[in-house]
Amino acid sequence: MTTNATPTSAAPTRRRGIEAARARQAIWLLLPTLIALAIVAGYPLYRTIFYSLYDANLTSPDQRTFLGLGNFWFTTSDGVPLGFLQDPKWWTAVKNTLLFTVVSVFLETVFGMIIALVVNSAFRGRAFLRTAMLVPWAIPTVVSAQMWAYMYNDSFGLVGRGVLGGQALLANTDSAIWALIAVDVWKTTSFMALLILAGLQSLPGDMYEAADMDGASKWTQFWRLTLPLLRPALLVALVFRSLDALRVFDIMYVMLGPVNAAQTSMTGYARQALIDNQLLGLGSAVAVAIFLIIMVIVVIYVTAFRVKFD
Amino acid sequence: MKKAIAIVSLTAAFAAASQSQAVTITLACGTVGQELQLCKDGAARWSKKTGNTVKIFESPNLTNDRLGLYQQQLAARSSDIDVYQLDVIWPGLLSQHFVDLKGKIPAAEINQHFKGIVDANTVNGKLVSLPWFTDAGLLFYRTDLLKKYGYSAPPKTWAELATMAKKIQDGEQKTNKTFTGFVFQGKNYEGLTCDALEWVNSFGGGTIVDSTGKITINNPKAAQALDTAASWIRNISPAGVTTYDEEAARGIFQSGNAAFMRNWPYAWANGQGPDSKVRGKIGAAPLPAGPGGKPAATLGGWNLGVSAYSKNQAAAIDLVRYLTSPAEQKIRAIEGSYNPTIPALYKDQAVLKANPFFGSLYSVFTNAVPRPSAPTKGKYNQVSQAFSSAVSDVLNGKSKGQAAVASLATSIARIKGRGF
Repeated sequence: MTTNATPTSAAPTRRRGIEAARARQAIWLLLPTLIALAIVAGYPLYRTIFYSLYDANLTSPDQRTFLGLGNFWFTTSDGVPLGFLQDPKWWTAVKNTLLFTVVSVFLETVFGMIIALVVNSAFRGRAFLRTAMLVPWAIPTVVSAQMWAYMYNDSFGLVGRGVLGGQALLANTDSAIWALIAVDVWKTTSFMALLILAGLQSLPGDMYEAADMDGASKWTQFWRLTLPLLRPALLVALVFRSLDALRVFDIMYVMLGPVNAAQTSMTGYARQALIDNQLLGLGSAVAVAIFLIIMVIVVIYVTAFRVKFD
Repeated sequence: MKKAIAIVSLTAAFAAASQSQAVTITLACGTVGQELQLCKDGAARWSKKTGNTVKIFESPNLTNDRLGLYQQQLAARSSDIDVYQLDVIWPGLLSQHFVDLKGKIPAAEINQHFKGIVDANTVNGKLVSLPWFTDAGLLFYRTDLLKKYGYSAPPKTWAELATMAKKIQDGEQKTNKTFTGFVFQGKNYEGLTCDALEWVNSFGGGTIVDSTGKITINNPKAAQALDTAASWIRNISPAGVTTYDEEAARGIFQSGNAAFMRNWPYAWANGQGPDSKVRGKIGAAPLPAGPGGKPAATLGGWNLGVSAYSKNQAAAIDLVRYLTSPAEQKIRAIEGSYNPTIPALYKDQAVLKANPFFGSLYSVFTNAVPRPSAPTKGKYNQVSQAFSSAVSDVLNGKSKGQAAVASLATSIARIKGRGF
């Protein structure tokens, strides 16, 4: 962001003048974007944070009472816990979402890497394969989720009846999370492969030629050359996928229904509170919590791995 | 002179026209199956009669999506939609946004509908909406298979159902491995609330929360009902029944892979369709009763209410009266198999010819049990979720009936807080 390497050797005053003019120009050019951002992102965020501090109902948002942080943590005089942080179902949802994120992103990265390495090498029909592998990613998630729900069906499903012999994976929330991870891996691996492939193609070919000349094995080339050079691209892909996985909603909602989805994803919990139960205040508080959780995880990612987004 | 008379009469005509004030009413219709066309037709007949115009607002298909959209409209006090089509469980949630029809419509006209449905539409003495068509849970069965295994009538009790389903299932599985005895809506959602309320009520276990708002679910009969249902799983029902909704259950029954099915009346029309494998082999009966109890069917259906923010309330009320009238309900029953909310229509020959089971199941529709949406008001969805989750745990073997109803009573008490 900051330009600290400004050459100051020749005509410093005039240069600064141009830089300042450019900066002023840039602000004017950025202004429409900033205003648009404030309207479409800033205002909804502000309203969400605003409502999270109130006891409000979706059907009559103007009849609200100030609660402070009561939506997060509040125990009535009768000892009834009302804050969502006191709800074990919320913590089940958090646990399941984190499990889903860690396992699915890990598997997608490993499989994506393997696929990318395969389609990066020269062979006949490579172009076709690169296109074909994107098919799962191209299908809308709700469609593929419904498709998989049918496949997992215990009495007519290809997986439920054919492979598992009449087991109902989705019936039990404990086993369902693994079925959902499988669907997400099936769907998103190709996207991960595409991101990694883009990184692979920017690696210089002569480097590998030199490595071959030096007698390095393919295995050593991968660990010593490919992986370190691929790191920036890989990390950006990881951040994107993790963010996506943390706010997963559609797979759970379609495959498990609204009530069980609320125990398997944080966003499902927020939707249930806000829409099904009309708890505008509580739902907003949950949304704020999800926002904070995701933000913290991104900050950890970016600082721990020194990801650069430029 | 002639010209003068012409001008005078023309002005008079215009004055008369402006006095009758033709207005435009927006009607929010459902769009499932034939619903939209029937809605448009009915509205067109009313506009022809009154000279007013009706604009049709096409609502989303899914009940939950529809509710979300309506809530936004109503919370914003929008006058865009004058007449809303309301699910039977919504009046408690949305009552404050609707005109009280009591007093605005003659009592005789209100009383011609089933009392149970009118009650479900009444919140704190306020009539939120008028019944349009109704729904109640039914037991569908395979007439050919009952005959094959030596039964002459559908089961009267759940125990009989279990015996019959087991016998048919064991026999059929010799040739068809995927065959199952009984399918129902076991997925954890509103449909399970409907099914489980039928079990609990038919065992004499009450209605979760009674009409005064007292929590009644923690009783031995309710516990027994849930344990009985759990005993069906893997015995006469597939393990995956706990992931089935209406359409999943219908898919299995309609492809000839189940002996019994609990579903709504719409499954009749579909089951008799040209692509159905069980066409002409379906019977519909009241759901079985529990020991010492009587059969129970959960009340479903849709109603019409007038928005409190409508600018043309008088005309909107007139449209609601017209659409819910016997003449209009008769057309809908014949053309679309929509169950009328008026008892007299169940004796109408033309209606019975189109829907033969309407007559024999008359008592099911008159005695349908409403879900406790009126007493629990805005918290109904939370109560329903708590109930269906508890039932789901019993079905999946995570808890037993008695423990489930006890902890359910506690969680509903928590939802109730200082009052519904």
